[in-house]
Amino acid sequence: MSDLGGIGIEHFLVVGAILFVLGVLGIFLNRKNVIVILMSVELILLAVNINLVAFSAFMNDLTGQVFAMLVLTVAAAEAAIGLAILVIYFRNRGTIAVDDVNRMKG
Amino acid sequence: MDYATSFALIAPELLLTASGLILLLVAAFGGDKMARPIAVLAAATLFGAGFMLVPGLHSGVMGLDTYAFGTLMRADAFALFAKAMIYLAAIGCLMIAPAYFATASNGNESGMRAEYPILVLFAVLGMSIMVSASDFMTLYLGLELNSLAAYVLASVLRNDGRSSEAGLKYFVLGALASGILLYGMSLLYGFSGSTEFGAVRAGLSGELATGALFGLVFVLAGLAFKIAAVPFHMWTPDVYEGAPTPVTAFFATAPKVAAVALTARVTLEVFGEQSDAWRQIVMFVALASIIVGALGAIGQNNLKRLLAYSSINNVGFILLGLAVANTAGASAMMVYLFIYVAMSLGSFVALLMLRGEDGTLFETFDDIKGLATTQPVIAWCLAALMFSLAGIPPLLGFYGKFVIFQATVEAGLVAFGAIAIAASVIGAFYYIKFVKVMFFDDEVGLVKGKSDLSHWVVLIITTLIISPLGYLLTPSITDLANKAAEALFLVG
Repeated sequence: MSDLGGIGIEHFLVVGAILFVLGVLGIFLNRKNVIVILMSVELILLAVNINLVAFSAFMNDLTGQVFAMLVLTVAAAEAAIGLAILVIYFRNRGTIAVDDVNRMKG
Repeated sequence: MDYATSFALIAPELLLTASGLILLLVAAFGGDKMARPIAVLAAATLFGAGFMLVPGLHSGVMGLDTYAFGTLMRADAFALFAKAMIYLAAIGCLMIAPAYFATASNGNESGMRAEYPILVLFAVLGMSIMVSASDFMTLYLGLELNSLAAYVLASVLRNDGRSSEAGLKYFVLGALASGILLYGMSLLYGFSGSTEFGAVRAGLSGELATGALFGLVFVLAGLAFKIAAVPFHMWTPDVYEGAPTPVTAFFATAPKVAAVALTARVTLEVFGEQSDAWRQIVMFVALASIIVGALGAIGQNNLKRLLAYSSINNVGFILLGLAVANTAGASAMMVYLFIYVAMSLGSFVALLMLRGEDGTLFETFDDIKGLATTQPVIAWCLAALMFSLAGIPPLLGFYGKFVIFQATVEAGLVAFGAIAIAASVIGAFYYIKFVKVMFFDDEVGLVKGKSDLSHWVVLIITTLIISPLGYLLTPSITDLANKAAEALFLVG
């Protein structure tokens, strides 16, 4: 690993952890829009990628970068399916507000 | 290890992939009128893939010979046993689907869509990869293939608001679970220097670093989501209620087997030397699932929601076998899993048969009052299935609980076993409520519709398995489960 001017792995991990927590909070605190939830999911996956790539670079081990590429492709597939489900949901209910996703309870 | 050996080891997955892709083309060109032939071919493929497992299952393969593609996948006796259960459950779920979708009353859409059996096939392929994963990358790939197909299956009735809401909820919480699991895996990779199960195990030996402990907890939390264990169970009742009943039957059986097998593999193999760190967590999750499953079901009027809580309860018992963390516990877990799949499939098929004369599906207690006079056979089968779920001898459900409690007590965890038994007595309340409602309440006479032959076949087969006749199966199932458990502990 070349010199990063004093930036160590812990800095990368802290950024990753902050993004992960933001993503999780985004899912739970968001009361408005399902699209925001999809964005939060992406945020979580990107936090994971930062972790993987940072570990990979600092350990001189390629596995982490391969894993990160795999995660990127799966994230794309996941977003596609999530949006598709959101579209049929909107067609049926005419809303994508999180508070309205409550036909079943108990 | 050359490629020919690797390909031979993953032959069932190759067959599923090829058949899934070909059937996808057939569906694309043939349209929905090809749905039934596709379903038959998909079931035949699953049967063929299951047939490939027989030699390995019979000889109980394990050890280094079972690794494929370096250390990415492993087809040992444990994976084969789990796959056999997954394929059988999926065949059952494919059999019951066409008759359900053929009736016009569900979500004003008639006929089965051609992609339904293909999605089931791809979900099964994902599960198959999942249970034979021996590297976190393979694990994630299989898990996502299974989950992505499952999200679409939950919302397969496109014009039905409840189905699409179930799909949306399942997607959001499933994606969150995958994210949590993945974050844990990234931490484990960083603290052990590898994604391969054996190397992670070696890298984590000794005192567990804080980061690795976080990784372990995140991975367990993500897996608990997938098997619907408390405290990550909240999506289960909604998804089970909203999804079309054949899909619910599928969710309650095949993916449950795969996720439980995966959890067992990860805890016992990757964290095998840290069993002190995760046993408390698994023990808590197990007892909480048993208690929440038992209490949550009591107030339910919707039968699908009730069965969702029942599945949470059963997952608790399965995890109790895992928490024992020895071969006896793992073997008991696999036996229980087999019995659970039969009971669960049977009860959902019975729900599918509760139809009115116009084909309407009934799914609440109020609708099945006095069922014993209008549909005596269904009522008796349902009663047997419920008694079996409650664990009342001489039905096979009792044997499942018996082996789990035996393993728990032999490992010295008597107090936990006692709490679980107490909770299962509470759970017996709502199982017996079925009998009260069906046999002793005044008849409302709603359920008069005729059921399709395929439903009868699956119902009778599952009822026979859980009946006392099922005990004839136990020696061979126990033998297979022992081999599977042995393969799981070989690394340790």
